Amino acid sequence: MEPTYQKESHSTLTLSINGDTHLFALGEGCHEVSPAHTLAFTLRERLGLTGTKISCDHGACGCCTVMMDGKAVLSCMLLTIECEGKVISTIEGLGDPVTGSLDPIQQSFIDHTAFQCGFCTPGIIMSTKALLAENPSPTRGEVQDALSGNFCRCNSHYHVMDAVMAVVRKDG
Amino acid sequence: MKDYRFIGKSTPRKDALDIVTGKTKFINDLSVPNMLYAKVLRSPHPHALIKSIDTSKAMNLPGVKAVLTYKDIPDWMGGLPQHVRVLDSKVRYVGDAVALVAAETEEIGEEAIRLIMVEYELLPAVYDVEEAMRPEAPQLYEQFPGNVLPQGIRVFGSNPLQELVIGDIDQGIAEADFIIEGTYAYENIPNPLPPESPGAIVVWEGTDTLTVWSASQGPHMLKVSLQNFMGGSTNVKSIGSPVGGSYGSKYMSWQYVFPAAALAKATGRPVKLCYGKAEHLAAFSVRIGSRINGKVGMKMDGTVTFLEGDWLVNTGAFSEMAQGMIAVGCGEAQLMLKCANWNLRPQVVCTNRTASGQVRGFGGQELKCALIPILTLGMEKANLDPVDFFKRNYVKPGEGYYWRDGKWWVSKGVDFTKAIEEGAETFGWQKKWKGWLKPTSVEGTKRRGVGVGVHGNADVGEDVSEAFVRLDPDGKATIYSGLAEHGTGQRSSICKMVAEILQLPLDRVSVTASDSSINPFEFGPVGSRGTYAIGSAVIAAAQDAKKQLFELMAPKLNVTPEDLETEEGMVYVKGKPEVRLPWIKGMRYHGTCLGRGSFKPDFTLPNFMMIFTEVEVDTETGKVELISVVGTTDVGQIIDPLSLTNQLNGCLGSAGIDSAIFEETVIDTRLGRIMNPNMIDYKWRTFTELPKMEHAILETPFPSHQFHAIGVGEIAPSPGPSAILMAVTNAIGVRIYDYPLTPDKILSALGKIDIVKKGGRG
Repeated sequence: MEPTYQKESHSTLTLSINGDTHLFALGEGCHEVSPAHTLAFTLRERLGLTGTKISCDHGACGCCTVMMDGKAVLSCMLLTIECEGKVISTIEGLGDPVTGSLDPIQQSFIDHTAFQCGFCTPGIIMSTKALLAENPSPTRGEVQDALSGNFCRCNSHYHVMDAVMAVVRKDG
Repeated sequence: MKDYRFIGKSTPRKDALDIVTGKTKFINDLSVPNMLYAKVLRSPHPHALIKSIDTSKAMNLPGVKAVLTYKDIPDWMGGLPQHVRVLDSKVRYVGDAVALVAAETEEIGEEAIRLIMVEYELLPAVYDVEEAMRPEAPQLYEQFPGNVLPQGIRVFGSNPLQELVIGDIDQGIAEADFIIEGTYAYENIPNPLPPESPGAIVVWEGTDTLTVWSASQGPHMLKVSLQNFMGGSTNVKSIGSPVGGSYGSKYMSWQYVFPAAALAKATGRPVKLCYGKAEHLAAFSVRIGSRINGKVGMKMDGTVTFLEGDWLVNTGAFSEMAQGMIAVGCGEAQLMLKCANWNLRPQVVCTNRTASGQVRGFGGQELKCALIPILTLGMEKANLDPVDFFKRNYVKPGEGYYWRDGKWWVSKGVDFTKAIEEGAETFGWQKKWKGWLKPTSVEGTKRRGVGVGVHGNADVGEDVSEAFVRLDPDGKATIYSGLAEHGTGQRSSICKMVAEILQLPLDRVSVTASDSSINPFEFGPVGSRGTYAIGSAVIAAAQDAKKQLFELMAPKLNVTPEDLETEEGMVYVKGKPEVRLPWIKGMRYHGTCLGRGSFKPDFTLPNFMMIFTEVEVDTETGKVELISVVGTTDVGQIIDPLSLTNQLNGCLGSAGIDSAIFEETVIDTRLGRIMNPNMIDYKWRTFTELPKMEHAILETPFPSHQFHAIGVGEIAPSPGPSAILMAVTNAIGVRIYDYPLTPDKILSALGKIDIVKKGGRG
């Protein structure tokens, strides 16, 4: 008897988020993922990962930034069904959730009070994480460029720059 | 200066760990079981009567639980005076609410909105403040003839300051060496634009208890306003969440709580209403528009002999708090300007654009953005350095002013002369200032110019705060306060104050959730009142609790309470630190000490903010670039250095400096629609465009409270826009009138292009 491959079915979707695998039924029901859903919506409304924020919902403000295959992406501009097979990490996946140890970027943001209201902070931290993964010793200008898509209305930019530059590898 | 353990030292924010790990729950991160989602159908017309609404198709959509129109909406009214219905048979701006839907999901709600059929009878619309006052203008409200809102309403007491009529204008004219006249306006409607859009979750319990979770900047006052506006026996329990930015705009929150409450009542289920960004930008409160036709008499030495003028305030479709902002603006004008003879006549006018509400700067920023440029016409004529002019004119201890309550108050604060001098020194003003309409430097097409602005309020001691501090036997303290965290770190700062008084490690001091059913009254962190007003209540409560603790402990140590001190949850005898007992020896395991504190309004301590700016204007492209900013102030005592510099850096966005350079809400006056209700077309400063930013912060002790501190957060951006206008004027050597100073206006001022000017005239 030939083994049957259920994988061919389009009725389910598998997402890898923060190291966990999540299986969703595709559809319009209350607990399903619709083809119209953005990744930001799925993260927040289906998985309860509300650390990813939605502000403009149009790809302008960076509040919804997460990492996909190591790159910073705007989760409000991605359809969830496009994310099958991708490795996604969100603010909740930084550091070590088991031991509670923080990523050095997070610790530096605490030490520099690099936020005010804190709404845009997860997005800024995720953009920073993606930058440092690619370039551990960016210049100040490179950090500014990497964060140029992140809106911060309280104007915590200066403290953010101090916090990021403090964790930039100096030997680069 | 006293060296404290926590005060004046940077300590991590108490909420820092949750913020950087994404655990902070903002309002839209919350949900409650069985919750429905609300959507609002909004008017596509600026002014119209609703002739008919057919909701049957929407009602029949599976998953829709309620559709409400003006015909079946509760009779709650907001506004000042109360004139704003939740839904009305008339719409007054593009975006005005027409119908409400509650549905099982947001998608169903959105679909239902599209199925509601509305027939409108269109009415002519008006957007300009002076046009709206003309006899033939369309009338927004029957009860406000000429579209002018009534004076004499009750706000800040029964006799609020609604105009400035002081002295004798004829006398001022006689004394003047010269008189200047001009019209300036700040009407570009910059949006405070917090990243988190307004939102609430509400649920009715029983028939008359409404629980509201909201992003309000003042959740306890939200309870008071809602109960007042809803009337009857409604009991509101208001629970604040962390506020994802507000800048004043989310202080009043009935605008979005009412629709949710009406739907929750109609369905018997919890309802969440969180605005999307287009709704936020196009249908939520924005800044008032401010235009002054003014006349000023001056002497050659800079003495202002009189000031008279009409202050025309465009409040849009309704007044949320415009008359209150007039009261504070009129007060703040006097803090900035010594003048014996005033006749400043404000009028609040309704027009067909989204309504104005409170935004940081609260009347004073809007007033100054128009008034200071008029004064600069006189400074130019008398060849006065604006820094000297402001130094001479800013209120000093012993000098008085009428404040918002209509009463005369005398400053008991500090002299800001030193702060001005230190700020000027840090900026290098003397070197950069070349005189009026003169650039600091010219290099090819790039011309640099400098400008300075000033602002201050006497609201650091406004309104009432109450707090409790509870001591537990295990050496912990809990502050009961209705304070919501909106970004200034105020909840952490009050913990620092209590930790300092009780000499407890910071991790042993916490604040209750901002829940009106457990905390005493708290007006909220507005008007820079957090440090002095809220701080005073908390300090008094901590001291009261400490006193009770010492009364319990004294007999155990065979001394009087006055002989005792405490640290680390232990009480010891002064001078004999080895004679000590833990708190539990006094309270036992089954007791607590509950201290009470309160603060009553005190308008005797004006605060102060001056901003120096340098800009570079490219005369070929018309682009204005902000090169450097220096803010200077005197705060008495810094509570947390990093939180303070964060707040002062806030002078750029949230409708501050950038509202003079590129921020504006653009209305198409043919259709009444806002053209840029999204964050691509509404411009904001990015990380790549940061100017050099410095601050000169003085600490001259204020007679405020134990720590001699006052706040400045609210006023941080307010001196900015007029400073930019001055800097650009000097850079290009031509007077320019119209905020924001976008390239088209610069090139037009330079005579390089022709554009139709809107707004102010010289």
